[in-house]
Amino acid sequence: MNKPINIHTPLTDEICEALTVGDIVLLTGDVITGRDTAHRRLSDAVLAGDPLPVTLAGATLFYAAPTPARPGQVIGSIGPTTSSRMDRYTPMLIERGLRGMIGKGKRSAEVRDSMKRYKAIYFGAMGGVAALLAGCVRKAEVVAYADLGPEAMMHLEVVKFPLVVVNDVRGGDLYEDAAARYRR
Amino acid sequence: MCSVREISCKAIIETVRRLFLEANTELGDDVLRCLNAAVSREASEIGRYGLEKIQENARIAREMSVPLCQDTGLAVLFVEMGQDVRIIGGNFTDAIQKGVRQAYRDGYFRKSVCDPLSRRNTGDNTPAIIHSEIVRGDKIKIVAMPKGGGSENMSRCFMLLPAAGTEGVRAAVVESVADAGPNPCPPVIVGVGIGGSMEQSAILAKKALLRPLGESHRNDPRLQRLEREILGEINKLGIGPHGYGGFITALAVHIEMMPCHIASLPVAINIQCHATRHKEAVI
Repeated sequence: MNKPINIHTPLTDEICEALTVGDIVLLTGDVITGRDTAHRRLSDAVLAGDPLPVTLAGATLFYAAPTPARPGQVIGSIGPTTSSRMDRYTPMLIERGLRGMIGKGKRSAEVRDSMKRYKAIYFGAMGGVAALLAGCVRKAEVVAYADLGPEAMMHLEVVKFPLVVVNDVRGGDLYEDAAARYRR
Repeated sequence: MCSVREISCKAIIETVRRLFLEANTELGDDVLRCLNAAVSREASEIGRYGLEKIQENARIAREMSVPLCQDTGLAVLFVEMGQDVRIIGGNFTDAIQKGVRQAYRDGYFRKSVCDPLSRRNTGDNTPAIIHSEIVRGDKIKIVAMPKGGGSENMSRCFMLLPAAGTEGVRAAVVESVADAGPNPCPPVIVGVGIGGSMEQSAILAKKALLRPLGESHRNDPRLQRLEREILGEINKLGIGPHGYGGFITALAVHIEMMPCHIASLPVAINIQCHATRHKEAVI
C-alpha cells in the first residue's frame, strides 16, 4: 500500500495532475457538503441562470449528510453517500469549476470524461466508518439550503481526512483495476 | 379459561426507543467476530486497511455512544405479537412510531425519511416500516432494524422462471452483488428470500439479515450448501472491502425460503452493509 500523500485545498492543476488511482490521500482544508436534493437545486439554479449559494471554482464537494451534532460536538457522525446519484448533475458543476469530489461507488462515463477534460479528481471515502471520520472535522457550518435539514449544504474544515483516489485526471478507475486484480 | 396479559403502550415506546438507540451505536459481537476472521483472511493490503478502519470505527462508536454510520437508517421493525396480549394505554402503531421518534431525537440520529416526490423531510424519521405477525403466547417480541439507504438501493427482486432452478437463484444473487460493486459499502451481508410471493420474498430476504453472522440455515442442508457456495463465488469477484480490491466482498449469505406458486420462482436479494444493526427485546 502506498504511503499517504498530504494535500491541501484548494485543489490546483498541479495537485490534481500529480494524483494517481490508488493513492492514499490525507486531505486538509475546506470542503462543502451536498447530496441529492442540494444537487437538484444547484442544477435548477444553473439552468435558470440564478446565482449559486456556494462557490464552485476550485471547490471540493463531499457527498454527505452528517448526523446532528450533540451539544459540545463539532459534528455528528459523517461519511460518504453513493456518488452515482449525483452523476446527472456533476458534469455541469465540473464545467463551473468543481475540482474535487468525495463519495463512494462508481461514477458514470460522462462524469469521468468531464473529469479528464477539466482535471478534476474523485476521491473515495470509506463508507460506514462515520464515527471515525468525524474526528477529522474541525469546523462545520450550514452555508446553503438550511431548509433541507440533514441535506443542507455545509462548509467543513477537515484535517488529514483519509481518502483514496478512485478516478484521476487520466481516466483511471480504482474499482475496475482493483477488482480485476483480485478476481479469481 | 383464557388469560390475557396487558402490556402498556408506555412499555412499547420505551422498548422501541432503547432498541434503536443501541442498534445505531453498537455493532453486534457476531459482526465483530466475523470482521476479526476477515482481517486474517484478506490478502489485499488496502482491503485489510479498510477492515481495520471498520473495527476502529465500531470501537469509537461504542465508547462514545455515537452512530456507527451517518446513515442511521429507515426504522424497520419486525413484531411478533402474542395472541393473548391486550394493549392498554393507547394505540400500538402510534406507540412504535413514538418510540422511533424519541430514539432519533434523543440519540442525535439523522432523520433520513422524506416524501418520495417532493423530497421534503418528515423531520422525525417516521413513519417506521412495521412488519407484524400474530403468534401464540402473551408476549411481544420486537426487533428494531435501522436500515441504511445505500445498501438498500442495491437490492433486487426477480421473478424467475421455475425452470431456472437453483442455478438461476445462484446467478441472480451473484450478479446482484457484482453489479452493486463498491456502492453498498462492502463487505456486505446478503439476505436472500426464495419463494412466497413477490412481496413475501422481499420480506424473507430482509428477515434473513437478522440471523446472527456465522450461523448457517437452521435445518435445510440444501440452503446451507447454497449459502456456502454463493458466498464463495461472491468472494471471487475481487471487489473487496470498500471496493478497493480484495477477497472479502461479503461476510455472509443468509437464505430463507418458503413454498411458492407452481408458476413462480420469486427471488429477492436484500443487501446490507457491514453495519448490520438490529436489536431485539421481548416484553
